[in-house]
Amino acid sequence: MDTSFLIQTLASIVAASTPVVLASIGETISEKSGVINLSLDGSIALSAMTAFAVAFTTGSVTLGILAAMAVGAFVALVVAFASITLRQQQVAVGFVLTLLCADLADFLGTPFVRKPGPEMPHLPVPYLSAIPLIGPILFDHNLFIYLSMLSIVATWWYIYKTQPGLKLQGVGERPEAAFARGVNVNRLRYLYCVVGGALVGLAGASYSLSIKLGWSHRHTFGIGWIALAIVIFGGWNPWRVAAGAYLFGLFKALGSILQRNPAFSGVPTQIFASAPFALMIFALLLVSSEGVDRLLALLPVRLARALDRAMRGRPPGGLGKPFVQG
Amino acid sequence: MRIELVDIHKHFGPVRANDGVSLTLEPGAIHGLLGENGAGKTTLMKCLSGYLSPDRGAILADGQPLSFASPAEALRHGIGMLHQDPLDFPQMRVLDNFLLAFDHRFFPDRRRGKALLQELGTRFQFNLDPDAEVMSLTVGERQQLEMLRLLALGAQVIILDEPTTGISAPQKAQLFATLRRLAEEEGRSIVFVSHKLEEVEELCHRVTVLRHGKVTGEAEAPFQVNRLVEMMFGRSLPPTERVPVTPGPPVLEVEGLVVPSYQLTVEGVNLCVRAGEVVGLAGLEGSGQRLFLRACAGLERTAAGCIRVGGRDLTGAPYRRFLEAGVAYLPAGRLEEGLVGGLTLAEHFALAERRGPFFLNWAAARERAAAHIGRFNIVGRPDTPVEALSGGNQQRAMLALLPSRLNVLLMEHPTRGLDVESSNWVWEQLLARRAEGTAILFISADLDEILERSDRVVVFCGGRMSAPLEACRTTVEQLGYLIAGKDVGCEAGNVRRETEVG
Repeated sequence: MDTSFLIQTLASIVAASTPVVLASIGETISEKSGVINLSLDGSIALSAMTAFAVAFTTGSVTLGILAAMAVGAFVALVVAFASITLRQQQVAVGFVLTLLCADLADFLGTPFVRKPGPEMPHLPVPYLSAIPLIGPILFDHNLFIYLSMLSIVATWWYIYKTQPGLKLQGVGERPEAAFARGVNVNRLRYLYCVVGGALVGLAGASYSLSIKLGWSHRHTFGIGWIALAIVIFGGWNPWRVAAGAYLFGLFKALGSILQRNPAFSGVPTQIFASAPFALMIFALLLVSSEGVDRLLALLPVRLARALDRAMRGRPPGGLGKPFVQG
Repeated sequence: MRIELVDIHKHFGPVRANDGVSLTLEPGAIHGLLGENGAGKTTLMKCLSGYLSPDRGAILADGQPLSFASPAEALRHGIGMLHQDPLDFPQMRVLDNFLLAFDHRFFPDRRRGKALLQELGTRFQFNLDPDAEVMSLTVGERQQLEMLRLLALGAQVIILDEPTTGISAPQKAQLFATLRRLAEEEGRSIVFVSHKLEEVEELCHRVTVLRHGKVTGEAEAPFQVNRLVEMMFGRSLPPTERVPVTPGPPVLEVEGLVVPSYQLTVEGVNLCVRAGEVVGLAGLEGSGQRLFLRACAGLERTAAGCIRVGGRDLTGAPYRRFLEAGVAYLPAGRLEEGLVGGLTLAEHFALAERRGPFFLNWAAARERAAAHIGRFNIVGRPDTPVEALSGGNQQRAMLALLPSRLNVLLMEHPTRGLDVESSNWVWEQLLARRAEGTAILFISADLDEILERSDRVVVFCGGRMSAPLEACRTTVEQLGYLIAGKDVGCEAGNVRRETEVG
C-alpha cells in the first residue's frame, strides 16, 4: 500500500464522515441541555432535500445551506415545543417527526430526483493544505468539512470553557439545581435544541451538496440513527463523539476496501455494511468493562480521573425529563 | 437581618402542609425547627427560600415585606437554603459547580474561583478538591460545597434541612462549629430543620415545633426535652382495654439479621414473634423498619443472619416460599404495590386463586368477589376497577384478598388515611386473625395506634432496632425519645428490657 493511496483513503474518510460529525455534534448540544431530538434521521433527509432543491432552483449554494439549517432548526423547534412546553414524551414526538420528515422529503423532493445540480466549491486552505500528510488529509476539502471540524472544537470549548457552557451543562444535568441558581432552564433548552437542530440541518446540506451530490429516493437513509447512537457511544463529549463518528467512517471505509479485495469475494456485502455497528458495540463494552476499573485503580489519582473522564460518558442527569419551572 | 414569617398557609390539594405558621428569626441565632416527618417543616422553609410560594401570609425582612418568584431571587435578598439532598450537579467538578453559581462573565476566571474556593475553605476548614467530580464526594462534602456557594453569594439567612442525615460524626462536629461561628461571630441567622432532639438541644438557641402544619410551641435554650417531645408528638391517650391472647409457639424468628440497602443498612436485628402476638414497629420513615418488614416477607436481599418461619429456615428463599409458609405482606402503596391498577375486583379475586385451572371461571370469581364485598363492607361492585375505590375500600379489598390461613401478617401503615370508623373495622379484622393464631407485625407513624394495638413495640432508629418494649407499660413520650435517637427516656421509665440488641 503506497502513501498516496493511504492519504487519499484518510482524506476520503474525513470527508465522508462530515454529515455524521455535524449531526452528532448538533445532537450532543441538544442532549447536553436535556432535550433528546430523536427526529435526526428525518430531519437530515428533509434538510438535505431542501438544500439541494433551493440551491438547484436559485443557483446559490449559500441559500441552499441557509434553507437547510432553517429546516433543521424548525424541526428541532417542534421537538422543543412538544417536549418543553407541552411536556410530551420526547422520544415519541421525535419518532413521529422522523417518519413525517422522511416522507415529506420524498414527496417534496420528487421534482429534483437525479438532477445534476450545484456543488459546494472545493476550497483548499492556503498554506495549511501544503503541509505534507496532514495538509491533503485535513485541509484539502470544501467548507463543510472545515465547518464540521470547527464545530467539534468550538462545541467542546463552549461547553467546558465558558460560563454559558457551564449553564448548558447544568441545565441538562440537574435542571432544578440550575433553576435554583437563577438560570432560565426552559429558555436555554429551547435555545440549544434549536442550535443543535441547525447543525443537523447543516449535516443534511453537506450530504446533498458535497458528499453524495443531488437528491434521490431515501438519499440519506440511516445517517441520523447512526449519529444518535454515536452521541451515546461518545458519552455526550464532543471529542469522543467526533472520534466515534470518524471511527465509524473508518470502519465503513475498511469495509469497502476489503469488499473490493478478491480474497473476500465470497463474503456477503451485508457483513461489511453491518460490521461497523458490531465493532462500535464491542469498543463500548471494552471501555465499560471491570478490567478497565482495575487498571485505573493502579494509576495515580489525577491520571486515573482524567482517563476515566476521557473514556466514560454518563448521560446528563436531566436527559429527556421535562422541567416544571417555578 | 430579622426575618418574620406571618401566618403562612400552603396547601397541596387537600393536604394543609402549612396552616397559619408564624415565626421570627433573629440575627446571630441558630433557630431550630423541630417536628415529625410530614409536619410541614420543609414546606415552610421552601416558602421562605423561594422554592415554593405560599398561598397566603407574608415574609418580612426587618419589617419590610419580601416576595420572590424563585430561589435565585430569595438568595439575592440574602436567604439561602441547603437541601437534604444537596442541590448540585453531580457530574460536574467542584470548581465548575462553584463557578456556575457566581461568576457571570463569558469566560469564568478559574484561577480567581479556585482562590476564592480555597480561601473560603480555609476559613471554615472545608477541604475540597476543586478538580474532583461532585459525585465522588461524600454527602457531607457536597453540603460543605453548597454552604460555600451560599456564603460566597452573601447569604445572611441560611436554612439547613436535616443536614446531619448521611454525614459522618467528624463532619457533623465540623458543621456544628461552622454554624455556631456563622451565627455568633458573623451575626447570620441559621435555621436548623431537624427531627433529632439531641442535635437541636446541642446546637440551637431557640426552637419552634411544628405538628400537622401548625406551630405547637416555642422554646428558648436550655430546653426541657420532655416538653419538646410533647409538642412534637402530642399527648398520649390512656390505653384502651385489650382482649388478652395467650401467645402460641414462635412463628417468626429473626437472628442477627443484616439487610443492606443503598441508603441505609439494617443491622443486628434479633426478634422472636409468637403465634397470636402483635408487634408494632415504630420509627421515623426511612429508619429501617420497612426494610426489615420486607426482609421478613422475603422481598429484600439479606446479607447475614437468618429468618425462620414456623421453625423452617427461609433465609434467602424466594418470595414464593414465604407465601407457601403462610407469610403475607400488605404494603403501604395500595395502588402501587398492593393492587393492580386497571383490574377490577373480580379480576383480583381470579388472580388471587393461585392454583386455578388454565381457563378462568369468571362466574366463580365474580361470585367470590361479591361474597367478599358483602363480608368486608366494600363499597363497590365486582366489576369496579380498584382505582375507583376509596382508600379505605382499597384497604378492605386488600384484606379480603388475603388467604384465609396465615402464620405471619406483615403490614405497613394498616390504617393510614382511614377515618376512625374504618380504622377500627380494620383492626377488628386483624385482631380476629390474631385470635386464630396469626402473628402480626405492623409499621405505623401513629404512636397511639402502635401502643394501643400491639403487645410489644420495637423502635427503629438509623437502621438499628431497640429492645422490644411491653406496649402496656410504654408511653408515647418514651417512644418519642427512642424515635428521636435518645436512649435516656426509657431507662427512666418503667420499661423491662428483654434482650439486648446490637
